[in-house]
Amino acid sequence: MTLLRGRAFVYGANIDTDQIYPAPLLTITDADKVGEHAMEGVDPAFIKECRPGDMIVAGTNFGCGSSREHAAVTLRAAGVSAVIAASFGRIFFRNAINLGLPVLICRELHTHVSRGDWLTLDPATGQIVDETTRQHFQAEPLSGYVLDILRHGGIKPMMRELMRTKGPRS
Amino acid sequence: MHALEKILARAADVATTHAGEILNCRIDIAGINDLYLQTKRSFLEMGGTRIHAPQNVVMFLDHYAPASTVSQAGVQKEFRQFCAQQGVGHLMDVNRGVCHQALLDAGLSKPASLIVITDSHTTMHGAVGAFGTGVGATDLATILLTGKLWLRVPEVVRFTLHGTLPAGVFAKDVILRILGELKADYAVYRAVEFTGPAVSAMSQSERLCLCNMTTELGAKTAYIQPDAVTAAYLAARGAAPSPAPLTTDPGYTYADERAYDVSACEPQVAAPSSVDNVAPLAAHAGKPVDQAYIGACTGGRLEDLAEAAHILRGRHIHPRTRLVVSPASRETLLAAIQAGYITTLVEAGATLVTPGCAACLGIHEGLLAEGERCISATNRNFPGRMGHRNAEIFLASPASVAASALAGEIADPRPYY
Repeated sequence: MTLLRGRAFVYGANIDTDQIYPAPLLTITDADKVGEHAMEGVDPAFIKECRPGDMIVAGTNFGCGSSREHAAVTLRAAGVSAVIAASFGRIFFRNAINLGLPVLICRELHTHVSRGDWLTLDPATGQIVDETTRQHFQAEPLSGYVLDILRHGGIKPMMRELMRTKGPRS
Repeated sequence: MHALEKILARAADVATTHAGEILNCRIDIAGINDLYLQTKRSFLEMGGTRIHAPQNVVMFLDHYAPASTVSQAGVQKEFRQFCAQQGVGHLMDVNRGVCHQALLDAGLSKPASLIVITDSHTTMHGAVGAFGTGVGATDLATILLTGKLWLRVPEVVRFTLHGTLPAGVFAKDVILRILGELKADYAVYRAVEFTGPAVSAMSQSERLCLCNMTTELGAKTAYIQPDAVTAAYLAARGAAPSPAPLTTDPGYTYADERAYDVSACEPQVAAPSSVDNVAPLAAHAGKPVDQAYIGACTGGRLEDLAEAAHILRGRHIHPRTRLVVSPASRETLLAAIQAGYITTLVEAGATLVTPGCAACLGIHEGLLAEGERCISATNRNFPGRMGHRNAEIFLASPASVAASALAGEIADPRPYY
């Protein structure tokens, strides 16, 4: 997988899915339109400032709350290349991986990084560099199964390949 | 092995398993709710043509029940067509109530089964000895394609509840107190089991509330060993007696064990805007309340409406407060009508709305305006959860909500017991 590079948007603990994407807009399924509301409940400036490749850095329990896949869809559509948090709501974690959005656990990163810092991340190894402060960090490596999904670009391309090669009952 | 591990091992056709292992599991019940049309979209995007085991699929039209916008109506229409085309086993339309209670009422939530629904509160089914867990739309679509889902076998933590709950104090108060102590990320990736004499003494309704709220601890699933109370509850709903409940092997090692004495528990509230911002209700007593809300998969069961009716019988809610009541399901509503609770509540000034998810997640039927304060028997108080992001939500037991509706301010229910 390629090295990711982008600026950091830093948040605290317990950023829930209602704040990442509001429930009244769940009828929208077009990803680009979903992307227009990313992080609306926590940081209205985010959507104006986020550029492709930028990363979200957060405290514990990022994406806690509802099962809405929209929370992962909206971040990807807004151009976010990865989310690095102290821990994740487990459904958000699965949803992000399924969409091919790398999500990594790094306990201390959010306390060392500032908004706007340039970060590079190797999703395969979990190595993080804050280019702005020249600090190095190590995220927990992802499991083999999760990396396999990310290498396919998400669960959809992976399942399409499975359906082609083995049929639906495998 | 833990009973939960046995459920996963059986679903993956392996003899044994352990925490941390990733298993590809056959899913007994796959549930979709109407928020996630993406489930159908992802199914088609992945090349799906026919659902692998449509008899195991349940479609719930509960979050938008009944549709309050044209786009919601469109989503529900598309799902009904999808169900008809695919021969989906169970369509629970807008008259059935919140998915989890509707599944129980249909006798489909059973011990030892593996239940996956596109709703985070699927943990609730642990209260009947099932492995219930929530997933997103595309995960569910992979189940529609293959009948299976990869799951990481979770570590299990055990809470032993001792003592006797005082009158006017409920399971909701206990789980809020635990949330306040352990915080919202305590059980992320883990399962939470409840045991002990205070759990054995609880009604099935109270056990469902405990397991429902483990989602707010971050839990993957919850578990209570089924007993005679569970068996009677399931039999009343026509659930088949098989499979039999599984049991945990002696000597199983829990990742964490904690004990609580519920005898000392008093009414609790989670104050804005986090489920773990918990304090004794007394710390917030007297704060004026604009709306009181009783409902949802957490606090809208028959026993919850019974407590509210007990407090409100022959009385009237405070003029500055509106009380919105959304029974958890059609069966709940019917039973509450028969028991006279609905008459009592409506005579007391309550506004009755459709069984379903309603204002619990800020969709419709009782949203909050800017600056308003709500006390709610539901499960989340995040900013904007029930309407305007500058509205305050206090989570509490249904009895505390009813007492507060009566007083027009946050109030202790114990004087009514």
